[in-house]
Amino acid sequence: MLLRHTTNKVADRHALTVNPAKTCQPIGAMYAALGVHSCLPHSHGSQGCCAYHRSTLTRHYKEPVMAGTSSFTEGASVFGGQANLVQAIDNIFTIYNPEVIAVHTTCLSETIGDDIAQIAAKARESGKIPEGRYVFHASTPSYVGSHVTGFAGMTRAMVDYFAEKCGKKRRQINIIPGYVEPSDMEEIKRIAKLMDIPAVVFPDTSNVLNGPQTGKYEMFPKGGVTIDQLKTTGDSMGTLGLGKLASGPAAHALDTKCKVPCQVLDLPIGIKATDRFVDALRSMAGVNVPDDINIERGRLLDVITDMHQYFFGKKVALIGDPDQLISLTEFLVSIDMWPIHIVTGTPGKKFEKRIRELTSEIPGPVNVKAGGDMFLWHQWIKNDPVDLMIGNTYVKYISRDEDIPLVRFGFPILDRAGHSYFPTVGYRGGIRLLEKILDVLLDRQDRDAPEESFELVM
Amino acid sequence: METSCEDYICSEIDPEEVKNKLISKYPAKVGRKRSKQITINRIDEEKCVPEVMANVRTIPGIITQRGCSYAGCKGVVLGPTRDIINLTHGPIGCGFYSWLTRRNQTRPNGPEDHNFMPYCFSTDMQENEIIFGGEKKLKEAIQEAYDTFHPKAIAIFATCPVGLIGDDVHSVAREMKAKLGINVFGFSCEGYKGVSQSAGHHIANNGIFTHVVGLDDEIREGKYRINLLGEYNIGGDAFEIDRIFEDCGLTVVSTFSGNSSYDYFKNSHTADLNLIMCHRSINYVAEMMETKYGIPWIKVNFIGAEATAKSLRKIAQYYDEPELTDRVEEVIVKEMPEVEKVRAEVKARCEGKLAMLFVGGSRAHHYQELFKEIGMRTIAAGYEFAHRDDYEGRRVLPNIKVDADSRNIEELEIHPDPQRYQPRKSPEEISELEKTGFKFKDYEGMMTEMSNGTLVIDDINQYETEKLIEIFKPDIFCAGIKEKYAIQKSGIPMKQLHSYDSGGPYAGFRGAINFYREIDRMVNSKVWKYVKAPWQQNPELAATYAWD
Repeated sequence: MLLRHTTNKVADRHALTVNPAKTCQPIGAMYAALGVHSCLPHSHGSQGCCAYHRSTLTRHYKEPVMAGTSSFTEGASVFGGQANLVQAIDNIFTIYNPEVIAVHTTCLSETIGDDIAQIAAKARESGKIPEGRYVFHASTPSYVGSHVTGFAGMTRAMVDYFAEKCGKKRRQINIIPGYVEPSDMEEIKRIAKLMDIPAVVFPDTSNVLNGPQTGKYEMFPKGGVTIDQLKTTGDSMGTLGLGKLASGPAAHALDTKCKVPCQVLDLPIGIKATDRFVDALRSMAGVNVPDDINIERGRLLDVITDMHQYFFGKKVALIGDPDQLISLTEFLVSIDMWPIHIVTGTPGKKFEKRIRELTSEIPGPVNVKAGGDMFLWHQWIKNDPVDLMIGNTYVKYISRDEDIPLVRFGFPILDRAGHSYFPTVGYRGGIRLLEKILDVLLDRQDRDAPEESFELVM
Repeated sequence: METSCEDYICSEIDPEEVKNKLISKYPAKVGRKRSKQITINRIDEEKCVPEVMANVRTIPGIITQRGCSYAGCKGVVLGPTRDIINLTHGPIGCGFYSWLTRRNQTRPNGPEDHNFMPYCFSTDMQENEIIFGGEKKLKEAIQEAYDTFHPKAIAIFATCPVGLIGDDVHSVAREMKAKLGINVFGFSCEGYKGVSQSAGHHIANNGIFTHVVGLDDEIREGKYRINLLGEYNIGGDAFEIDRIFEDCGLTVVSTFSGNSSYDYFKNSHTADLNLIMCHRSINYVAEMMETKYGIPWIKVNFIGAEATAKSLRKIAQYYDEPELTDRVEEVIVKEMPEVEKVRAEVKARCEGKLAMLFVGGSRAHHYQELFKEIGMRTIAAGYEFAHRDDYEGRRVLPNIKVDADSRNIEELEIHPDPQRYQPRKSPEEISELEKTGFKFKDYEGMMTEMSNGTLVIDDINQYETEKLIEIFKPDIFCAGIKEKYAIQKSGIPMKQLHSYDSGGPYAGFRGAINFYREIDRMVNSKVWKYVKAPWQQNPELAATYAWD
């Protein structure tokens, strides 16, 4: 057994986290910053943070992930990191020449209290930031929130630093896609385009973290929202924030700063949440939903009706990030699956309440925890086994030990390809999720069926 | 096409010019510093090489590939030990990122043996602890770990904020050790210590030596009893080396720290000889064991079939007993035919191709052996976190100035153990061996084995990597995960030599075969030929197919 020390005896733990279901804020900030065109993320702290974040994002996307670090030494930790950051800004613009540097802080620089805005102003004064180039920042101490709130913070910083209101409304909608894959951001743009709605999607990591092999490396690839686009967000007709935790702060900031009305929706995963997204988009832009979208929706519905017998009553355990888990739980419940163990590592009070509401009709007990860990989740599964697990790559250890099928979904996925190319949002994304679920469930049925009831047609 | 690499480097590309190109874009101060870290290799008659500035601060913003002290301590040296609970004291990230990501393999002794490697333990520090101190939570976490898992030992690793807020992990360790009656020990490996992972290696060495080595004097069976130091069992390297050792009749008391166990560390001081694979990460333990217990150390290398054979012979020579010497020769004779068969096959397809290696503190050196065996030439190499002795050889040790960053890493003062110090060889025996050219506690470094005119670059950054690729267009580039895909987007295959991407083992005889085949696969892959679509290669529309 790989996880041989995990027993079914659940004991209260207050201080020890075992097998976390979250990671720290700066990596989310780095990921969000990569969704700005020609932007180099910069980690203001020890260089290990930057190395770890780059490595993890690289393993997840199988793509180059570039970022600078202030490389704190003991001296910088005592005297402050101003000199390091000013030098870093100078070096980055001189050597790598991005249009913008997105600085995020770390536990180290937050603990000593470095003021990034002030340091950046100093860099600007001393001519280290060339004309027409930018430095912006988000405060992302690792001891607060999780990678999701780090993403939210950096996305909000895009609004705080760049959104402008010039008074003339533009026929465009801001869509904040949430902490989702580049493929998902691409899908959200495709849906808006199908509906003929000009949209500014930010951040947008498509064509940054799912780039083509061309034989030529470009440190700053084609994708990403531009600073000019970000500036226009203050004049948009409205903002849709997808995922309360990841996109809520930026959507509300735009409302406060530029009076752009916003709606914060669930991530459009599954039929109901996608319906709400498309409906909101339609109302906000004042357009009709084209038939192409109805066809996609109908196909998703068709898969559900065709294969319902394999979904019905199957128990599922989910682990991951709050925005994803809320939509996923709703989706599973809507196809009559029973999500019964749901854990996120990200702390937050509203999560448990929302999941309880979504699962209220499921027969039998439902376990849910925000700020939990994978160890607890595994213990729950030992006590009340499930037919399916949905979570990141770390779940494979549980999957093997307990012999329960796994659908990889969430962050990080370190051992499979596909997530950066094929979305799970929207109706088409729903079909992909169902395909993945069916593949593992039916493979399991095939594997375990007695010879006489081994089925050709399923 | 059939020019040799020698010609390629010398006649077409002037290394001085390359060096200038690498530094010309930098701000003046940066350029001055980098120019001391970029050297053109020249080996003189006394086997001396030029100086390389190494183990110095990373330049902020340069896009380094280096990691931190915590990564070196917890991630590299102590992470691979299966039966110690490695508890990270800090916010969640550090523990999360070092959870199973290095591909260290371990094989517990049966289903009852402890194995915590698939687990990640953290105190997940919150703002409250940053303000009011985290010692209380740390103590509680240790108690909870003890109650839940009943480990033999718990190690605590401090992350950046721990040092800043003044949590004393050592006093907590002492208190909990007394309370629980198991071994609990701490490491002050905050990420800002030192200039790279290297500081963390040193801190790990000090801690494991102080708190674990020597706790168990039981001498386990075996005639030729050795420790293998600086082998982390990535991709199963240590398993392959163990297989060969077993075949030769050598007994491994402890590996530091691939496939390792707390119990093995405890009586590692009873071995006859320490073998060092990765000099950079582990030489401190070897030095301290020699001083305290009288165990001599030698440098070995099991990367490359020839190097493996050479290292085995060196071990046999140390013991100087016909039984072992004959056995070693038999093993080499038995293993080499298969190696040679594959090597000949692969060499035919790889000969003359160019490699660059920028990785680690020893691998950029060791893996040159394997490339050499299949006829490939290393034209540029460097380490991420090594010191001058790893480049230039230990002969430069007395000349290395200790700077402020290194001085902050404790240097333990070790004395011979009053009871247990026992030199394994008499001074006469040592001097006899040395007369035959046998070298104790010596490492000649990477540069003495590289050709003249090759480039040696310390702490290479993203910009220099791109430039090198543009200038030399090597056939393969070896580095780490952060560099990998940028290089591959340039159309050049990139092999990770930290964690090997996938696959392994690459050590020993079977490992050499695996590596030959892997490099063959990579440098001769068809995929690179498809980068240009037909219409990109031939953009003109043929008139006959054009629309009217």
